[in-house]
Order: sequence, then structure tokens, then C-alpha cells
Amino acid sequence: MSNERLSPVADADEVEVRDPRSGLTAKAGLGDRLFGGSARGAAVFILILMAAIAAFLIYQAAEAIGKDQVNFVTSFTWDPDGNSTPNGQPEFGIAAIAWGTLVTSVIGVLLGAPVAIGVALFITQYLPRKIGSVFGYIVDLLAAVPSVVYGLWGLLVLDQHMSGVSKIIEDVLGWIPLFKTDGTYGSSMFTAGVVLAIMILPIIAAIAREIYKQTPREQIEAAYALGATRWEMIRLAVLPYGRSGVTSAIILGFGRALGETIAVAMVLTQVPGLVTRILQPGGNTIAANIAVQFGDAFTTGRQALIASGLVLFLMTLIVNYAARVVVRRAGKAGS
Amino acid sequence: MSLTHTSPTRKLKDKSAYIIAGAAFVIAIIPLISILWTVIVKGAKDFDTYFLFHSMRNVAESDSFGGAYHAILGTLEQVGIAALITIPLSLMVGIYLVEYGRGRLSQAVTFFVDVMMGLPSIVAGLFILSVWILGAGFQASGFAASLALTILMLPVAVRSTEEMLKLVSPALREASYALGVPKWRTITKVVLPTALPGIVTGMMLGIARIMGETAPVLLLVGVTQSINGNPFSEPQGSLPLFVFNESQNSLQTAVDRGWAAALTLIILIMLLNLIARLIAWWKAPAASR
Amino acid sequence: MAKRIDVSGLSAYYGSVRAIEDISLTVEPRTVTAFIGPSGCGKSTVLRTLNRMHEVIPGTRVEGKVLLDDVDLYGPGIDPVAVRRTVGMVFQRPNPFPTMSIYENVAAGLRLNGVRGKSDLDGVVEHSLRGANLWNEVKDRLNKPGMGLSGGQQQRLCIARAIAVSPEVLLMDEPCSALDPISTLAIEDLIAQLKSEYTIVIVTHNMQQAARVSDRTAFFNIAGTGEPGKLIEIDETPRIFANPSQRATEDYITGRFG
Repeated sequence: MSNERLSPVADADEVEVRDPRSGLTAKAGLGDRLFGGSARGAAVFILILMAAIAAFLIYQAAEAIGKDQVNFVTSFTWDPDGNSTPNGQPEFGIAAIAWGTLVTSVIGVLLGAPVAIGVALFITQYLPRKIGSVFGYIVDLLAAVPSVVYGLWGLLVLDQHMSGVSKIIEDVLGWIPLFKTDGTYGSSMFTAGVVLAIMILPIIAAIAREIYKQTPREQIEAAYALGATRWEMIRLAVLPYGRSGVTSAIILGFGRALGETIAVAMVLTQVPGLVTRILQPGGNTIAANIAVQFGDAFTTGRQALIASGLVLFLMTLIVNYAARVVVRRAGKAGS
Repeated sequence: MSLTHTSPTRKLKDKSAYIIAGAAFVIAIIPLISILWTVIVKGAKDFDTYFLFHSMRNVAESDSFGGAYHAILGTLEQVGIAALITIPLSLMVGIYLVEYGRGRLSQAVTFFVDVMMGLPSIVAGLFILSVWILGAGFQASGFAASLALTILMLPVAVRSTEEMLKLVSPALREASYALGVPKWRTITKVVLPTALPGIVTGMMLGIARIMGETAPVLLLVGVTQSINGNPFSEPQGSLPLFVFNESQNSLQTAVDRGWAAALTLIILIMLLNLIARLIAWWKAPAASR
Repeated sequence: MAKRIDVSGLSAYYGSVRAIEDISLTVEPRTVTAFIGPSGCGKSTVLRTLNRMHEVIPGTRVEGKVLLDDVDLYGPGIDPVAVRRTVGMVFQRPNPFPTMSIYENVAAGLRLNGVRGKSDLDGVVEHSLRGANLWNEVKDRLNKPGMGLSGGQQQRLCIARAIAVSPEVLLMDEPCSALDPISTLAIEDLIAQLKSEYTIVIVTHNMQQAARVSDRTAFFNIAGTGEPGKLIEIDETPRIFANPSQRATEDYITGRFG
């Protein structure tokens, strides 16, 4: 047998060829069993890892919540080591930081998603293909910037500009309690939301781009043939085609924003309790709270942070699941 | 009927849509330019060989010297260990899912890889904290951080391995089976080499992603200003964490070091990205270039 | 309604590749003209230049004149959007908008042109669906998705959508090639009816169909791969099929090539 005939196989002479008379050779059978077994083992390991992780997390969280003197779900305080509680007992609840997590992430999505969709449309529908892919790559670079650099930039560069913007928003919308301030601006949930918007923008834009690019030619031509302008074509063909996929991308972006830690921790000035004014300094999120409180936390404090992390995990799990449901429903409706 | 006339409102809407989409692109690019510009300009101030090869040992935050060597070393070791664990593990899981996976087990693995994909990085840090440090009683170390980074890299690496293996034509496998080559040798000698460039690209992008992770490292690596080459005992430095710590200080000297460290980090990550893309481009079929 | 088309010296390009060269022909109002010829001969490209759909693909270009009555579609100041509204088009594969109902599909073009009133829309939708011989089949499920219809019904829905904006000309690009024989027959009957109101140009691969539905037939051909398509001849359909003046036409029609 010549080597050429075996060309797809890298080094052919090493390969043992089965003897047709003796069936499987013992050696090949063993090799297959070992290799297949270790692949299977690696897969099982992932499951064990997830199970172990979940078990340990739940155990630590349960221990902390058992010691909690207030309602974990509804309380606004966070003092698990009992530093300033009357009897030194742990008092902590998820409500205030869960609220902050949702508010900053909602701001992030409200600001980030429309821009991301605009970017995706601009790249796929208005630019020539080659220039579009270069511009797309530039936007992708945003996703390569590490979150700690976003935090540094948000804290030292962006936040100064946010004060002016916040003041304008207060002047216009100050009659709504949400947009009222005590006269100071910046280091706020709004600034954090803007940083989150920038961070999730490339994620949503990349998915939306891939989807819009695949809009069937027939749909595009159907719209043009009716005498549609380019924008009307986008509205008739591109946007409906991409709706479920882009919705799911936005939800995924929301999930990312919920879990973002270090950038938010750097930008936001943490104050205890519930913060409802989004333009003035103050607010907290679950993830940022873990990063900032961890250094000074004792055993119960760490366990309490783990409990809050478990809540964050559940939130992202629900959100990611929702994203999948949106796509699956659309898939069913389409077929 | 006019062939020259479309209603002005429709034309205006069409033009506006174009302008708004273009504006969205500009809005998206402004932060990128601002970030890169600031990091380069402010980071260049302290960025030199002294900064790269000296630690913060016996350096006060108010001193204008000091460097990130301990942090760079720590990050390279932590990421390196994470990659050493993740690459073989994710390869085997990917091979299992594509070549062997049928039924319940592969469905469960796919599901949990999805779950891990959406896992916030701080939660990965908490996982290892509860298992390794609070559970098993180990101290903070570079290795603990590596474990958390492994959890973050695993789903990315498994998914990209899976995608690349799926792209290998079944005809190639059949050709090999037809020659009597056992399955495991077909996989290692035919399937893997074909998919290798794509897998390498995916792995490098995964490494680039975990290199910038701060949150899990913050929980696991401990606090030190000194060089510690041993990731298995004693606290170890970390580059992203160094950026974070220096930014928390109000002294200008500390902030300057933070920018220089950010520049170092961005250079490392962009290099990894660039190499990954070059491999992908270089090994891609000529037609798609 | 219904206008005359005068094409003269028409060439069309995809990038640097010339797809058709120096086409000149006339289409009379209220007639059906069939474009036939082997694959790649440029008949679809010629059709797509008649409503400026050709230029929807990036990198394409057209030279020459297409007069609609006396207005050059490629003249200065002409708006391609207005041209496409005036010259409607039906495609090879039925392409109703998948997320829209039957009603919304037919109303889509009207809404673009600012028709908003419900009673106006209702009237035109019914009239168009009747015009496309589809009304009786769908009148009870106007709010159901257009994609739920059979292939032949979808194609008639697309015809209804095209005639809803009352175009002058209707272009059809192999409208039956994706359909079964019964649906094809339904479309052919419809074409015969529509001819009383519209100028129709139809591209077809099926020579029996050309013979059945058209008044005049144009035969296109190419000299070889990579060469531009040319118009060989255009004449009354019976004459093209019984007694063509060109040898190539006769060879094609008798099945010697193509």
C-alpha cells in the first residue's frame, strides 16, 4: 500500500490496518476504548463540576441566609458581618442591590441596543460589503477591550462628561422623581448604565449583523419591486426577518450587563440602601457589591456575598433562557 | 403618473434612516477611539522597560516609580495554567460532543456548556471561592484564580472546538474508516489536523478573553506587591487587578501606573487577538480570503 | 393605464462583465410579450432593466434607453423608486412577506404610498385579490399569514400585491417555474385576463407556455460562456414558433439545443 493512497491520514505507516480475517485487532479496540472513554470522561467531568459548584454555592449561601436576622429577599441593608447592627448579628438583603443591578442594566440596554441595531444596519445595508466587513471588525474591537479598562476610562474620562449630560436631563425631566438630584452629578447609575451600553453594544451588533446579512434576496427584491425606498425595504424585509434573532441578542446583552462587575464597581459610588435617583452619585449592583465588599468581609460576609452571587446567577440563567425561548418560538412559527 | 417623483416625506424618512444609521456607527466608534487614545496617551507616561520589569515591592503609592512585573508575571502564569487545563479538557469534550455524543449525556453537556457561557465572571470566582478556599480550606493563590479562569474559558473553547469539528467533511472520516483505520486514529490523525487552525484560533480568542478578567481574580488571588513566581502558594499579582487597585487610589502617581498597566494589558490582549485572526486568515481556504 | 415600452441600444453590466449587449425591442400596450432563450442568455437581466431592479445588486450598470411611452427610465431626474412603483414585478419563487398576513401583504405597497384609510385599503385589497383570482379562496382568512398558502396561491398573492398599486406594466420572471401544473394553469389563465388592463412581459423557460400565453415572443441567445446575451429576433408568437426568420431560433424551438 502506498502512502499516496492514504493521503488524508497524516502518517500512514503508523496506522495499523485491520486484518479482515481476524476482525477487530485487540490493539485498535483498546485504543478506541481508551480514547472514547476519556472523551466521555471529560464530558462527565463537566457535569460533575457543575453539580459540585452548585452544591457548594447553595451550601454556603444557605448557611449565610440561616444566620440572617432580616428578610434576605426584601431587606435593603447589607451588613452580614454585623459591624453596625445593634447586637452584632448579620443583617443583609438582596433588594437594594438587585434593584441597582436591574436599573443599570435596563439603562445599558435602552441606550446600547438601538445604537447596536443602527450599527448593524449601517454595516450590512448601507456600506459596500468589503468596507462593511472592515467597519464591522472595528466595532468588534470594542468587545476585546477588558472590562477593567472600561472601568478606568469610565471613571476618569467618561464620568466628567456625564455630569453635563445629567444636568441637561435633570433640567428637562427633573419633574420625574427618577431624574431628580441633590445637585451633584456623575458616578451614578446613569454613568454605569452608559458604560454597560458601550460594553454590550459590540455583542448585540455582531449578532444583529450576522442575521441582517442573511436576509433572503427574494424578500429584499419583493420590497424594492413594490417601489420601496431603501429604508422602506429595511422595514419590510430586513427588520421583520431579523426580529426574533435580534430580540434574543438584546436579551443576551441584558444578561451580560447584569453580570458585569469590575467596570460598574469602578464607576459607581456605592451608598448603602435603596437609591432611586439615577443621575446623582450612588447606587449599587450585586456584582459590584461582591467586588467591593469582599476585601473586608469575614466568614459570614463572604457567605452572604456568595448568596447574592447565587441570586445573580439565577437572574442571568432566567434571562439567557428567555433569549433561547424567543429564538425557538420564532423557529417553530417559521417552519 | 410621475416617474420622477416620490413623496418628500418618504424621501426624508429614507435620508434620515441613512443618517441615523451612520450616526449610530459614529456613536459606537467614539468610545473606542477615546478609550484607545486615552490609554495610549496616559499609559505611555509610565510605560517603559523599568515599568515592565520591576514590581511594587517597597514602593509607596506616592512614589513615581514602581512597576507591574509582579502583576504581569502573575497574569501570564494564571492564564497559562488555565489554558493548560482548558485546552485538553475542552478538546476532549468537543470531540465527545461531535464524534461520540448521542442521547442524554451529550444533551446535558450541551445544556451546561450553554449555562456556563452566560455565567457572570464574578460568579465563577465565587464558585471557586466556595469550593477551593471556603470548602477545601486552601489559601488565596494564583492557582485558585486559574481555576476560575478555567471555568470561564471552558465553554468558549468547547463551543469553538465543536463548531470546527463539525465543519470537517464526513467524507474525510468515511474515507479513513474505509481504509480500516480505527475511529480514535481517524479522529487524531485526520479530523483534528483538518480542524486544527480553527481550533487554535478559538483557543487564542478564549485566552484573550480570560486575560482581561478582573472580578474572579479579585476574589481568589490575594493581595501582594511583590514578585511571586509560584502560583500554588502565597498571594500573587495580577495585571487587571493591578489596574483596578491603582485606580482606587486618588494619588496621581498611582493613577499613572494604572494607565500604564491598562496599556500593557490592552497590548497583550490585542496581540493575542491579532495572532488568532492571522492564523484564521492564513489557514483559511484561498477562496474565502 | 398600460403603457408601451421602447428599448433601444440597451446593455447591462455586472461589474466589468457585460450581461446583455445592444438590445432593442418594442412592447405594445395591453399585450403579453414572452422572453425565451437558453439559460444565461440575459432574458432575466433585460426584464430587470425594465423596472430598474437590475441596479439593486451592487456594482451593476446600464447603458442605453428604456422608454415608457415617451419617458426614458434611465433619463435624468428619474427616480428608480417611482419607476418600480409604476412597473410591477413578480418573481420566480413566490415571495410574500413572511411575517405579514394575506391582507397586509396586499396592502404593503399601498401603505408605502400613503394610503391609510381602512375602507380605501379594504376596497383595493379585495379588488386586487379578485383580480388575481384568489379572493374566493382567502376571503375568510385574510388575517392568516401569507406563508400558510400553497405555492400557487402564494404566487397569485404576489400578483395581487403587485397589481394593488395599479402599475402600468407587469413584469414576470419565470412566475410558474416553482409551481405544479394545476397552479401553472391558474396563473396562465390569470395572465390572459390581466392583459386587458396591463402591459405584460414574461420570462419563461417553458416554450409551450410562451406559445399559450403570449402575443409576441422575443428570443435571446449567447454566442458562448462569458459572452453577452443578444436579442436574436422578436415577432408575433405564431410566426416565431411556426416560421422563425433566424436559424438559431428554429434550432432552439425544435429542441436542438438549450
